[in-house]
Amino acid sequence: MAEAASLKVSVWRGGADGGFARYEVPARANQTVLDVVTHIQREIDPSLAYRFACRVGMCGSCAMTVNGRARWTCRTHVRKVVDADGALELRPLANLPVIRDLAADLAPFFDKWQRAKGSFQPKDAPDGAVPEEFAVVPPGSKARREADAGIECIGCAVCYASCDVVAWNPDYLGPAAMNRAWTLVNDVRDGARAERLEAVAGDAGCHSCHSTQSCTERCPKNLDPSSAIAGLKRTLFWDTLLGRR
Amino acid sequence: MDMRPRSHPTWIAFLVHRVSGLLLALFLPLHFWALGTAIQGEARLEGFIRWADNPLVKAAETILVVLLAAHLAGGLRVMALEFLGWRRRQKDMVAASAGLALLAGLLFLLNVV
Amino acid sequence: MSDTSQARRARGQTHLWVVQRVTAMLLAVAVTVHLVTIIGAVRGGLSAGEILGRLQGHEGWLIFYVVFALAAGLHGAIGLRAIAAETIGLRGRAADITWLAAGLATAAFGIRAAIGLYA
Repeated sequence: MAEAASLKVSVWRGGADGGFARYEVPARANQTVLDVVTHIQREIDPSLAYRFACRVGMCGSCAMTVNGRARWTCRTHVRKVVDADGALELRPLANLPVIRDLAADLAPFFDKWQRAKGSFQPKDAPDGAVPEEFAVVPPGSKARREADAGIECIGCAVCYASCDVVAWNPDYLGPAAMNRAWTLVNDVRDGARAERLEAVAGDAGCHSCHSTQSCTERCPKNLDPSSAIAGLKRTLFWDTLLGRR
Repeated sequence: MDMRPRSHPTWIAFLVHRVSGLLLALFLPLHFWALGTAIQGEARLEGFIRWADNPLVKAAETILVVLLAAHLAGGLRVMALEFLGWRRRQKDMVAASAGLALLAGLLFLLNVV
Repeated sequence: MSDTSQARRARGQTHLWVVQRVTAMLLAVAVTVHLVTIIGAVRGGLSAGEILGRLQGHEGWLIFYVVFALAAGLHGAIGLRAIAAETIGLRGRAADITWLAAGLATAAFGIRAAIGLYA
């Protein structure tokens, strides 16, 4: 692919009613989208607001909308997302309030983890204390494998920003919170299964998911929240039908 | 709506499922009402069937058959994901359901013409 | 809104989803039969005599079409409910009851037609 000498970058400036500003950034080899944003802030306009921390795909703080798609910018190479004309369009994450420029307010996203009862409730020590003995969880067991499948979430909100149901229903818990709930439903040491299933049921929970699988498609950690939500639906289906709840 | 993030096969499958479902749900009362009216005697039913020989009606029927088969095949894929946890090869399953829908339409056309 | 009324509403919504999937399973079978019947019946042209010959006095077909109509009516209405909620924001208990009534009314029309073809 022929590479342009410079990138034409449109960057969202201001709050929800802001607009695009255009910058010209030199194209470099192995440049990430986060490198481009950092260049703009350091060399062109120091007032640009954005968020990052680890730069190596661990912390989940640098996600933005890159050419229409939510991505982690620190591990997205520019050459993967621009055409030969070198056009790059950057917005804050969708489905979240805009603080300023490229920084979105993630408070609603994390509030929903709470609502989905995304914190571990030890069975042996309901008050949150550390149990006396280690729990034995066979690594090959079905529940353990289901929990393992979703455990590497870094909380970047890429799935949440990519989900149409979140856009259509602001109360909808979203993929990450329910992925977390599903890992805990499968955690044999956890004692809050019934309350958690209650919390993820209904229109604001798993039953509004239409399996567009945008979350699974976009997750930078290759997790599969769509299947986690399907697992919650399956569990609630049988529990409801067999009168177990 | 920005279609750039909405081009993966499972999203297209969702769109087809929603549009086919909407059209079928709107068609259903019409279908039942027409049947209910047509069955007042064999002559009325025969008259209704002769009206439906119109090529335009046949074209509409073919579209309905494709919509119904598409909604069926797409629905089976979703239920396989939900109830059996078939998470792998979603793209192949989307392609297979599209093929099934078109096959049903083709079979209908071949038999009706 | 209190926690208990929220939980009760979530429970009702879960029940609607369960109905949606149970009817989907019934429809998976019924629609397959329907499609095969349609494609078979149109071969060589439809006629009223042929249709009535197949259905009149056959309890098996009557039961099949009654179940089919009931499942289709409910399934369609619950589907429309989701579309209305997500596109025009039509939500709430009153809307849910209206959708259920619409689904049952549609099913009643279908059952009426099925009985007509049987009798």
